[in-house]
Amino acid sequence: MLNRRRFLMSTAAAGAAGFAALHLSPAFAQDAPQVQIFVPAAPGGGWDQTARTMDQVLRSEKLISGSQITNVGGAGGTVGLPQFINQWKGKGNSMMVAGMVMVGAIIANKSANNLTEVTPIARLTGEFEALVVPAASPFQTAADFIAALKADPTKVPVAGGSAGGSDHILFGLIAKTAGVSATNLSYVPFAGGGEALSALLGNQVAAGISGFGEFSEQVKAGALRLLAISADKPQEGIDAPTLKEAGIDVELFNWRGVFAPPGVSDADKAALVTLVETMAKSDAWATECKNRNWTPILLTGDDYAKFVTEDTARIGAVLRDLGLA
Amino acid sequence: METLNQLALGFSVAFTPVNLMWCLVGTTLGTAIGVLPGLGPALTIALLLPITYQVAPEASFILFAGIYYGAMYGGSTTSILLNTPGESATIVTALEGNRMARSGRGGAALATSAIGSFVAGTLGTLGVAFLAPVVVKFALAFGPAEYFSLMVLAFITVSAVLGSSSVRGLTSLFIGFVIGMIGVDLQTGQPRFTFGMSELLDGVDVIIVAVGLFAVGETLYMASRRYAGKDEIVPLKGSLYMTAAEWGRSWKAWLRGAAIGFPIGAMPAGGAEIPTFLSYAIEKKLSKHKDEFGTVGAIEGVAGPEAANNASAAGVLVPMLTLGLPTSATAAIMLSAFQSYGINPGPLLLTTQANLVWGLIASLFIANVILVILNLPLIGLWVRLLKIPAPQLYAGILVFATVGTYGISQSPIDLVILYLLGAAGFLMRRFDFPTAPVIIGMILGPLAETQFRRAMTISNGDWSVFYTHKLSLTLLTLAFIGLLGPHIWAYIEHQRRRGPEHVPGDA
Repeated sequence: MLNRRRFLMSTAAAGAAGFAALHLSPAFAQDAPQVQIFVPAAPGGGWDQTARTMDQVLRSEKLISGSQITNVGGAGGTVGLPQFINQWKGKGNSMMVAGMVMVGAIIANKSANNLTEVTPIARLTGEFEALVVPAASPFQTAADFIAALKADPTKVPVAGGSAGGSDHILFGLIAKTAGVSATNLSYVPFAGGGEALSALLGNQVAAGISGFGEFSEQVKAGALRLLAISADKPQEGIDAPTLKEAGIDVELFNWRGVFAPPGVSDADKAALVTLVETMAKSDAWATECKNRNWTPILLTGDDYAKFVTEDTARIGAVLRDLGLA
Repeated sequence: METLNQLALGFSVAFTPVNLMWCLVGTTLGTAIGVLPGLGPALTIALLLPITYQVAPEASFILFAGIYYGAMYGGSTTSILLNTPGESATIVTALEGNRMARSGRGGAALATSAIGSFVAGTLGTLGVAFLAPVVVKFALAFGPAEYFSLMVLAFITVSAVLGSSSVRGLTSLFIGFVIGMIGVDLQTGQPRFTFGMSELLDGVDVIIVAVGLFAVGETLYMASRRYAGKDEIVPLKGSLYMTAAEWGRSWKAWLRGAAIGFPIGAMPAGGAEIPTFLSYAIEKKLSKHKDEFGTVGAIEGVAGPEAANNASAAGVLVPMLTLGLPTSATAAIMLSAFQSYGINPGPLLLTTQANLVWGLIASLFIANVILVILNLPLIGLWVRLLKIPAPQLYAGILVFATVGTYGISQSPIDLVILYLLGAAGFLMRRFDFPTAPVIIGMILGPLAETQFRRAMTISNGDWSVFYTHKLSLTLLTLAFIGLLGPHIWAYIEHQRRRGPEHVPGDA
């Protein structure tokens, strides 16, 4: 019996430790507001990390007294979105983390709900993408890659994340700009960046497209060659041109931002915008972004709403070209 | 020598009281979540990620690795006793383990799985320490064509699990294919068999299928047979732990299981389930006690797969630590923990973070020892579960299965699927269709399909990739031998035995 008791006690202790780490709020910030963050994805992914980093920074900057994070995962966020729209309606202290992936998933899954139904608060971060080739590849520059793609797109298999995701979308945009028909592209989707990476390291594919962070260490070690990045301007410490500099007029950030539910008051909306803006301008947030390879691309309120509409139109057009919508 | 020095450095990191404490917390927590069907190591580590803001990197990785190894130990307990697999890697354990538990050898089944996990986990960790560069080279040679050929080989090997009637076995296998196809097709992004429900877009979790078919189906079947007075559960027969004969039958299975699990775990698309299928099939083929498989339960059928899943857990760490390649959900989340420390996992990790990596490897050895110490004394307690009278026990299993399934994603749809599958499991049991091939089909089918289509996309529709790649050709040849070999052998034997009768003029 002693064993069981010890076993249960240690489990309880561990659980309590985890609980404390997650939920205890510092006592000195009692007057600051509580917030609820809705993550339409399982714990561990990019949106979840955005939510948990927000929680961490908001509390360390004493902007909130505590937060509660709810995860409802599935289908690129399209399982969680209807729940956020219907059950969280009018809750002025709550936010949903979402981003470009959800825009794509809404279109591809023909979801009944979309992002025009929620209240845009702020775009926070983006991850630019990278076009890489194995070290042994004959392609030395992005121009070599484009030339081969133009010659025969079926001979240039490109690895990346799931079909219709940000990597696939960027490939479609590059092809479109280069004047190559999207239907002939040879795109090889992998479930995760890791698997796509192993196909590149094993020389199974001609090139790879994914978030820069997925490839950066391999590029540093010389196992992959970085041909171009999809950022708007050259990045410090990255020895590669942007796609624009390489003559391909494409810019893409896999952006992430926050939305309030439908039906929140203007005062609540303004308060959330201020809260998130203050957080995004803090040093703690800058440090977290640097550690995680997130580029801060803050955009708030109406500008953000306009951006979401434009990006939805752009992504919809690419997905139609790729035959996914 | 270099490696030994590094390992000594690692032990000096791991043997600090604080890190030992984290190792103990991790293994205990891991065992507990392994027991629950809904909570897996990936989810648990994801929920504990915020801890990275509070403690040193070494401590949090030691904690996470303890959870990861612990879950592999814990998952087998419910598989064996309740026929309710806690993790997908322990589904195969339920096949023989639960039979053993019913015939009074639950203690031995739990012991062989704990000790086998220890042996294979230690061997696997030694593999991580000494063989990582070699193994990773081998693993990267596997492209889509090679994976497809490996799946063909796996299908042929596991056909042994199909049961006595191949028509029934194949029927079950194809049901598994269909369930595996549910969801968004990875290659084209199109939904299949989702009936317009967004909850089905991500597919059906294999744990729900296993728990539905095994635990719920079995419970319904038992309830329907209640008054037939058959199928008594014998709580304990003979000694609590393993007998000498059981030790003799276990140790070879442990070693074989470890040898299968480690390299497959290290492959980017290997996973922990396939080695358990392969190990089970091989043990069944090699066993001198074939009559015990599926009846009273054969201990080899528990020892092999349990060793294989722990060795594969170690294998997963090879590409993660040497290349920064996450090959399982758990590894992917551990990599994101690296990032919250500003450490970029990649090929340079071993040189830039030697303390962290070797401390982690050393703590895996310690975690294994802690786990076996933690689990062996618990066996006596666990076995008492079987003394609960059947109605209460089965009701408990239903509650446990339901709560666990709801825990996976808090979706009521999952519960509906669970009970539909439970009803299907009941019917399959009633009409004598084996349920294990459903799980095999569900896991192997989509993998084979994806890899096949990937290989064809890369080769631009050229079939020759499957036989011009040397590794792929080797695997296909092995599969071919496996398929036809026994028949040819039997034919030759037959001819030879018949031979003399045909000699003309023989008096």
